[in-house]
Amino acid sequence: MMSHRYTVAALGLVLGGALILAALNQLTPVGSPLHVPAYVVALVGKYLCFAMLALAVDLVWGFGGILPLGHAAFFALGGYAMGMYLMRQIGTRGVYGNPMLPDFMVFLGWKSLPWYWTGFEWFPFAMLMVVLVPAALAAIFGWLAFRSRVGGVYLSIMTQALTYALLLAFFRNDMGFGGNNGLTDFKDIIGFSIQSDGTRSALLVVSALLLCGQLLVARFVVGSRFGKILVAVRDTESRTRFLGYRPESYKLVVWVLSAVMAGIGGALYVPQVGIINPGEFSPANSIEAVIWVAVGGRGTLIGAILGALLVNFGKTWFTSALPEFWLFALGALFIGVTLLLPHGVMGLFRGRAAKPAPAAVAKGATA
Amino acid sequence: MKRWIFFALLAMTWLTPGAGRAQSADEALAALASTSFNTVREGVEALALSGHPRAQAIVAALQNGKLLARADKALFIKNDDGTFAEAATGAPADVPAAALKPVRVNNAVRGAIEAALGVLRLFAPDPTARLQAAEAVFRSRDPAALPALERALVAEKDPKVKLRMDQARAAALLALPSATEPDRLAAVQTLRTRGDIEARSTLGNLTGQSPAVAEAAASAILAIDRTLQLWSVLQSIYYGLSLGSVLLLAAAGLAITFGVMGVINMAHGEMVMIGAYVTFVTQQVIKTNFPALYPANLLFAIPLAFGISGLVGIAIERALIRWLYGRPLETLLATWGLSLMLQQAVRSIFGANNKDVDTPSWMSGATELGGLTLTWNRMYIVLFSVLVLAALMAALRYTSLGLRMRAVTQNRRMAAAMGIRTPWIDALTFGLGSGVAGMAGVALSQIDNVSPNLGQSYIVDSFMVVVFGGVGNLWGTVVGALTLGIVNKFLEPVAGAVLGKIVVLVLLILFIQRRPRGMFPLKGRAVET
Repeated sequence: MMSHRYTVAALGLVLGGALILAALNQLTPVGSPLHVPAYVVALVGKYLCFAMLALAVDLVWGFGGILPLGHAAFFALGGYAMGMYLMRQIGTRGVYGNPMLPDFMVFLGWKSLPWYWTGFEWFPFAMLMVVLVPAALAAIFGWLAFRSRVGGVYLSIMTQALTYALLLAFFRNDMGFGGNNGLTDFKDIIGFSIQSDGTRSALLVVSALLLCGQLLVARFVVGSRFGKILVAVRDTESRTRFLGYRPESYKLVVWVLSAVMAGIGGALYVPQVGIINPGEFSPANSIEAVIWVAVGGRGTLIGAILGALLVNFGKTWFTSALPEFWLFALGALFIGVTLLLPHGVMGLFRGRAAKPAPAAVAKGATA
Repeated sequence: MKRWIFFALLAMTWLTPGAGRAQSADEALAALASTSFNTVREGVEALALSGHPRAQAIVAALQNGKLLARADKALFIKNDDGTFAEAATGAPADVPAAALKPVRVNNAVRGAIEAALGVLRLFAPDPTARLQAAEAVFRSRDPAALPALERALVAEKDPKVKLRMDQARAAALLALPSATEPDRLAAVQTLRTRGDIEARSTLGNLTGQSPAVAEAAASAILAIDRTLQLWSVLQSIYYGLSLGSVLLLAAAGLAITFGVMGVINMAHGEMVMIGAYVTFVTQQVIKTNFPALYPANLLFAIPLAFGISGLVGIAIERALIRWLYGRPLETLLATWGLSLMLQQAVRSIFGANNKDVDTPSWMSGATELGGLTLTWNRMYIVLFSVLVLAALMAALRYTSLGLRMRAVTQNRRMAAAMGIRTPWIDALTFGLGSGVAGMAGVALSQIDNVSPNLGQSYIVDSFMVVVFGGVGNLWGTVVGALTLGIVNKFLEPVAGAVLGKIVVLVLLILFIQRRPRGMFPLKGRAVET
């Protein structure tokens, strides 16, 4: 099938590309024309994390019909969980040299570690939290929202309110997450220095692997019986309900899965970027993630990855070459894609091959 | 302790008219010329109560080291230009500087000087100065000031100043060990009537009182606390109303467009921002070209902001939104993109810095109402939003456009079948909503920074209002805006500004559970599409 061929190609490109970049960084000497500098490795790694967020957004938007304007919240929560682990790894190497407390807590005059920091020095526990915290928040929010049949534009606005509330909360010093400055100055991750080229290359490969894994999981979910019913809920929720299904359960499951995917993306983002601060919660970030999906092509999964990579490469180029015009370009992208390219870049491919289902994708939003 | 007895005695001598007064003033002046600090101090205290017309000038000169004495104990004041004047009369005096010695002071004398100046201010010709002096005594609770206060009370004509002096007298009396119990009880009553935070702290600091007085004081504190609490509640309501009216202005346009077209305009905040910048430009133009009209510049800015934001809104609808009907989520994204472009455009034209928009003099300042402080600019904004809302409701109710808008809101296809040109209604609705947002911008320019991000800071709150109030009914927007405004302001002192906001957001998410379509949902078959 067509989509299988695309999936295999995408898997190969992501994994192969990451391996080649890592190898070129590791195996060629600095100064050689083939050498890939470490900052490029970290940059591409960052894009792959954004691609995970985009994939998560596409899963709920493209297949569940829920437009999330607050998905960066789950991404940032995963990031904070990883950041807490990395903070605890600093140990006595902080400015104040306190073995227990991170610098900002010493600075605030705290005497002991807050209870919710317990266990984060232990890697498996921190990784468990990367999954559980976004999942728990998504489960509570989703259960409340879907149960009372909040949908459409209302739900989108509520997700935005959620991330806005978290943004405000994490800005507070009393929260114990570093306030304004967030968590930074990380030293090492499971024993490897976070600054070294080797760690960066390894993180890039791990990101590529996890992205591929997420793509396979998403593909499996979408192709399963569950995915078929999910699409039915997206297109006509009331008819699906009358057929005897419970739309809220289907939405809730895909919503939580999507939040977990975003959280994993955030967890890998933090060591590669070296900082996590409340700015990651800002509603603008979440909306930007939606445009990645729209650019690539909603409801195609691969399109989400493609869109995230394209838009972020564009952003990196624009903000260094024409910083004044980046917002114009981004704004034009929002308008242009919604008006002229409703199926995104993937729509161009499909248009040439055959024209299967995607017509329904566009109409789905009407409901 | 000795000092107040001394003052009391001196006050008695002062109260006896005629020769005694003049004599005591002369004696006081003579004492000032002494070389003994103790005598000088007594002189200062005596002079303050002597009623001497130049007492204040002399004590002030002493404080500044400009009071000089000759060997024959005559006093002179050194003027700023280096000449001398006779201290007692102020007449110019021609004396050789070498014959004069400055009157020296030590800390005890300095303390007496401070107290004396405080007492002397009670007799100042300016009522504001007398009021402040009375307040100073009230705060210091110094029994030494009592005799002077009694005298000032007799002479005082201004009822406001008199009241303050009476309260100061009560406060000082409670600190006077020899005061009788009925006097003390009366004083507690006076403080209780005053009923503000200062009276409360005076009562709270009382020590060594008889049981009856202590009990009266305790009950007075309770009563004062209750009134203070009441005033603070009222103040919170006022702040909440003013925040709510700002939210109302920002959200009304949003609710209209959402109600009629089912479209969320993420660029709505930028319409507010455009209104604020229109105000800025109007003000600048009027300032340079028609300075005479400057005080009324806001009156010009309001229709201009409405018109310009409205036209921008119509342009957006025609160019962008009409292509996206039936796809509300895509509209959301496209208008978000538009908002980014508008922000960047304004930033490119006007710069990223905040712009100064002046508040006209008739809008600045505040008025006191009991324990309430009402700032004029916020009062005007409340008034303005009431007017805008009334105009909007009238337009929806009585104009042909309003009739058509309501018809499209209730059932778009039926309205179209009846011959209403729905595309035009959509464009005009969008224009109207944007125009109202522009007027909100005029109001916001008076209380907030005019910057390219102005709209962003209100857009989430405006959405909350619409979600809370429901769409298609302006009363829902009113209730939503005022509720959110007041709840916000009540939570702020309890939980802090940020936490308060978070609590409001969480409460709203829970509220949506019970009322998924807001307080005033649209009813009818058309809704379930």
